[in-house]
Amino acid sequence: MLLSGSGKGQPGAVPGWVGYALLPVLNLVAAFVLSGLVILVIGENPIDVLSLLLSEALGYPEAIGYTLYYTTDYIFTGLAVAIAFHCGLFNIGGEGQAYLGGLGAGLVALALTGWPWPVVALLAVLASALFGAAWAFIPAWLQAKRGSHIVITTIMFNFIAASIMTWLLVDVLIRPGSQSPETREFDPGVWLPSMDRALGWFGITIPASPLNLSFLWALACCLLFHIFLRRTRWGYELRTVGRNERAAVYAGISPSRNIIIAMLISGALAGFVGVNEILGVQHRVILNFTGGVGFVGIAVALMGRNHPVGIILAALLFGVLAQGGGQLSFDYPTINRELVMVIQGLVILFAGAMENLFKPQVEALFRRRSAATAADVATGGRG
Amino acid sequence: MEDALLLALQLLSATIRVATPLVLAAFAGMYCERSGVVDIGLEGKMLAGAFFSAAVASVTLNPWLGLLAGIAAGVVLALVHGFACITHNGNQVVSGMAINILVAGLAPTLAYAWFQQGGQTPLLPNEARIPAVELPGVEALSGIPVLGPVYRELLNGNNVLIWVTLVLVIATHWVLYRSRFGLRLRAVGENPAAVDTAGLSVTRLRYQALLVTGALTGMAGSYLSTGHGAGFVRDMTAGKGYLALAALIFGKWRPGPTLFACLLFAFTDAVQVRLQGVELPGIGVIPVQFIQMLPYVLTVLLLAGFVGKAIAPKASGIPYVKER
Repeated sequence: MLLSGSGKGQPGAVPGWVGYALLPVLNLVAAFVLSGLVILVIGENPIDVLSLLLSEALGYPEAIGYTLYYTTDYIFTGLAVAIAFHCGLFNIGGEGQAYLGGLGAGLVALALTGWPWPVVALLAVLASALFGAAWAFIPAWLQAKRGSHIVITTIMFNFIAASIMTWLLVDVLIRPGSQSPETREFDPGVWLPSMDRALGWFGITIPASPLNLSFLWALACCLLFHIFLRRTRWGYELRTVGRNERAAVYAGISPSRNIIIAMLISGALAGFVGVNEILGVQHRVILNFTGGVGFVGIAVALMGRNHPVGIILAALLFGVLAQGGGQLSFDYPTINRELVMVIQGLVILFAGAMENLFKPQVEALFRRRSAATAADVATGGRG
Repeated sequence: MEDALLLALQLLSATIRVATPLVLAAFAGMYCERSGVVDIGLEGKMLAGAFFSAAVASVTLNPWLGLLAGIAAGVVLALVHGFACITHNGNQVVSGMAINILVAGLAPTLAYAWFQQGGQTPLLPNEARIPAVELPGVEALSGIPVLGPVYRELLNGNNVLIWVTLVLVIATHWVLYRSRFGLRLRAVGENPAAVDTAGLSVTRLRYQALLVTGALTGMAGSYLSTGHGAGFVRDMTAGKGYLALAALIFGKWRPGPTLFACLLFAFTDAVQVRLQGVELPGIGVIPVQFIQMLPYVLTVLLLAGFVGKAIAPKASGIPYVKER
């Protein structure tokens, strides 16, 4: 009653915040309890490990920089998964689209040596969007026109992307005379400025970290995402198709057109990971720089309830896990950074696949409570 | 002539060895997908099977206990999948993905903590590995022209699990098309409401299917780490679970074609190993990566309807909710 009036007058109603706040938190707690058990099995104290994880991720400015750098990737892939979700599609291909996006950004940076960085950054953003979208287009077209299941085709496209990128880096783009499969380093003039450098222009000093300007672009994308989805005709059409394809057809909205549009945007958003990683941090195209960001994006979108604010928060959570978890191995000889994947997997399992785990119990609790208060009010009024 | 035959036999033998885990995983997927539960977690279950068999085998030095542990690991994860997707109507794709990520982290994490060898199990001695079957009379038959080499190269010295897989393939065909369980299984994947109306429990049938799925994926993992290999190494399955999924779709969810798809994918792999760096007349050297992505491209083409038409079980991926 306090937070929303929606339950007023109908005993048995469950306040809205239970759905988008309480249940996710409960699921998260369950995931962390199980992660704690895994840590216990390894033979360490879960409380110590998890508190170290938190302090290594948020405890000092440099760590926060690293955390936000990971968060940037997860915002992009989270938005990518979410926009497809809004159209009723499941894009598991974020990984491959991000990989190709990095190729686009990298090719621009390699070609434009000597150009001012803002121009390169702009063109790299466009190129990564184009490459990512192009990689999403084929599964999208196949889904829209031939009914090929997009979950399977995007999985297959992840593998095809990995093969193509390996071939390109091993045989084509490799730095001449080099043994390791990567391109030459970009000219420092075209690098996307890191946040410490950018803030330095305004006289603000922060410690150096991989955090770069693409973080701001990620936040801007969240805003654009919201405006597109909620304030434009296209967003409305897209959501209509996602909610009820048949109704959309009756309203004169073409499902196949919107499926393709949603996937193009999704691929473009995933492609921006390439800007952050390749142009902002690695400064060269390397193998496997995506490292699972596309899959984490699924978790981010699910936990964030496909809403930009939720996605930012969920991306932050996974950023904390990635950064804090990566640091654990320095203090605990028995732990290595794969523990992060355990926690990620459990969070996805509980927050995604078992999101209804506690729902019946919690809703019953609230129904009973609100019924009880309603009864109180009723008897109180009469008495 | 003799050499060509020998080469062909060696290729086929390699094909069979590579195909075995694929066949096990693809047939595992067939049971649950035929029952209407999509499982992209084959990869994770296989990896768990590989790790736990190798871990148990290296501690007990008994490969059969290892095999049991691998099967148990697969079954437990399959039950988790069932709990999320059948009991709680969760999203099957998300659950499968979660299991893949969880195991990709859990296996090296436990290996790192238990064995302190950088995320792998110790190298297994021979007595801790699932043995190969040495057939009798190799010497006696080796004199016979074609039959001798075939017997020696192709049939002799195969791992026990390869023979088990062969039996399972035939058994699966029988179970799916000739047994009552198979009829119900196929029905529950096409029209669960009808099965429910007939008084059968959809939940029970789907859980049964997942038990088989878990056992077979676990066995596939055991084969990798204790049969084919000698110990668990990080990311040992390397996408074989997804390849099996591709084979299952390429085989249109039917035993015969799925087996053929697995053998085809394995054959391209065996050929690719031989073709590396070899100049082909008129084409030049084909980059390895292009051969490696062939199965995935074929699957996409099939799904697009360019190579036949793949029709999935109608109810697959949809949680069954009873009408109230």
